[in-house]
Amino acid sequence: MDDLTPPPVRRIILDNMPEPVVPPAATNGHGPVPEVVHEPAARNAVERMRTEDLSIAYGQKLAVNRVSIEVCAGEVLALIGPSGCGKTTLLRSLNRLIDQTPTVARSGRILLDGDDADFLDVTLLRRKVGMVFQQPNPFPMSIFDNIAYGLRERGSKRPGRKELEPRVAEALQRAGLWEEVKDNLSGPALRLSGGQQQRLCIARSLAVNPEVLLLDEPCSALDPISTAVIEELILRLRTQVAIVIVTHNLQQAQRVGDRVAFMYLGDLVEYGAAAQVFGAPQAMRTREYVSGAFG
Amino acid sequence: MSTVAELPPPSGPPAGPPATAFAEDPAFETAWRTRDRIGVAASWFCGLALIAVAAAILIYMLIQGIKFVNLDVLTEHPKSSLDQSKSGGFLDPIIGTFMLTVLGIAIAAPVGVGIAVWLTEYGRPAPLARAVESGIEIVAGTPSIVLAIFGLLVFSQGLFSALSFTAEGGAVFGRSFFTAGAMMSVIALPLVVGATREALLAIPVHVREASYALGKDKAATIRRVLLPAARSGIGTGASLGMGRIAGDTAIVVILLGASLRLEAENDVPILGNLRGTGSTLTSYVYNNSPVGEGNAPEKAYAAAFVLLLVVIALNFAIDLISRRRKTAWTT
Repeated sequence: MDDLTPPPVRRIILDNMPEPVVPPAATNGHGPVPEVVHEPAARNAVERMRTEDLSIAYGQKLAVNRVSIEVCAGEVLALIGPSGCGKTTLLRSLNRLIDQTPTVARSGRILLDGDDADFLDVTLLRRKVGMVFQQPNPFPMSIFDNIAYGLRERGSKRPGRKELEPRVAEALQRAGLWEEVKDNLSGPALRLSGGQQQRLCIARSLAVNPEVLLLDEPCSALDPISTAVIEELILRLRTQVAIVIVTHNLQQAQRVGDRVAFMYLGDLVEYGAAAQVFGAPQAMRTREYVSGAFG
Repeated sequence: MSTVAELPPPSGPPAGPPATAFAEDPAFETAWRTRDRIGVAASWFCGLALIAVAAAILIYMLIQGIKFVNLDVLTEHPKSSLDQSKSGGFLDPIIGTFMLTVLGIAIAAPVGVGIAVWLTEYGRPAPLARAVESGIEIVAGTPSIVLAIFGLLVFSQGLFSALSFTAEGGAVFGRSFFTAGAMMSVIALPLVVGATREALLAIPVHVREASYALGKDKAATIRRVLLPAARSGIGTGASLGMGRIAGDTAIVVILLGASLRLEAENDVPILGNLRGTGSTLTSYVYNNSPVGEGNAPEKAYAAAFVLLLVVIALNFAIDLISRRRKTAWTT
């Protein structure tokens, strides 16, 4: 087939030709990182959670290796690193969701407000440490019941709608979804758009008044506009709860992170203020990663 | 306003023959091998033949059925008579089919959903789960007449005398709506388990985790998140099971007595009937066919037509339920 000539190309010339679109130099969040976009939060550094020498292994495979890290109120902590570096495992250990995995082994301590998380009631821990997942996952019930689910005891339907209405409305307002759904609270949550569903999931976590909010790549399934809305929401929420976000997108980490932790092969390589990690990385691996050399 | 600028033809000697698209290649037409052609033709034939068989059943039963179905046969009790014009209608078998189907699915649905939930959400110890799975497969593969004989054996024991007639000497009759319904639930069970299980497995793990992350335990997650999400699967399984129950004959003949009319065991309104014997449309068709005792083919056609309508209606219900099911989450 290599002896075929291509057909002649006809070029249609319009009167006002649009400028050719130049793709941005930095694609996929990897590349030279611009200046810090937002003002970093004032460091009052009230520590909410900390891990001490935390190691987690799946069977024989070490996923997190002796990581000590702190999560502070009023800040967004961004966990970055290549796939398989253990950042999601670290995140899932903070609300003990890794306990669901049968093969997992853990050593080291996780502290919530100075209390060892292992000795806390897991229900209490998970109410204080909320989580939002990569894929929007509202429950197959009404918008109202999705928010109310966490507020109710176990599997019960009490307290009823009247009693919970103010708290549901407050949670939806905090997640910036109230205006869009206030007339349709009884509608099925799964009919909402992807971005709305993800904000509903954030509202669902906020409803139980957590101290820490864990976000596991919350925007990776969303379009750019929904992503921007959620990033704005994260910046607004950081004054109310401590936020830990796992992201593959370096520019997102730059946009929302106050402090950044870079992980590589289970190790915490670098941990510091966002401006420092992106602007003047200490470790060579970090320098290579934030400049887009690998990822 | 636009102008078309023709590019100069490519300079240099053209390399090789002029380009032709693959589809314009005359060889493309004959690219189909004879074997492939035969295969396609056979597939077409099989599909059309199936449609023809289905259409033949429907049209034949429609013609025969409409001829003999009228308000009288639907509302009259059957009478014992050798003359077809005097043997009454089949109200009792219609009621019998309804009672038996409802009773059977009322047992099979909760048990089946429970088994499916245990298998997908717990399933430990693993050998026990495998044993349960093969148990379901064995039940699904057992012919219903074997189940019927087995049921008769079990329910004739004195222990189960409350479920059916007890004769003068103390012998337990073993035949009633209760006993037939219990065995009918066994044939519907695998269908309910299978459909529910499939629906539960289709729910991504992160949906369960989202519930745990709100501090909920497994029981609350199953009750308020998983079972509502599996609703359409449960509905499909239950409808399939009801179709199986309505269409089964062996269990009716052996365990329900296939009596002409509903024979209540005592005067207690519903309970008495459930402890008594009766018949369904399937046993009525059998008894009135030329090989049965009644030999009233007109009635048999009419009843078969009604039964066919019931089963087709159930299939439409399944279609409606599963059409509403859509992939709500991405995994």
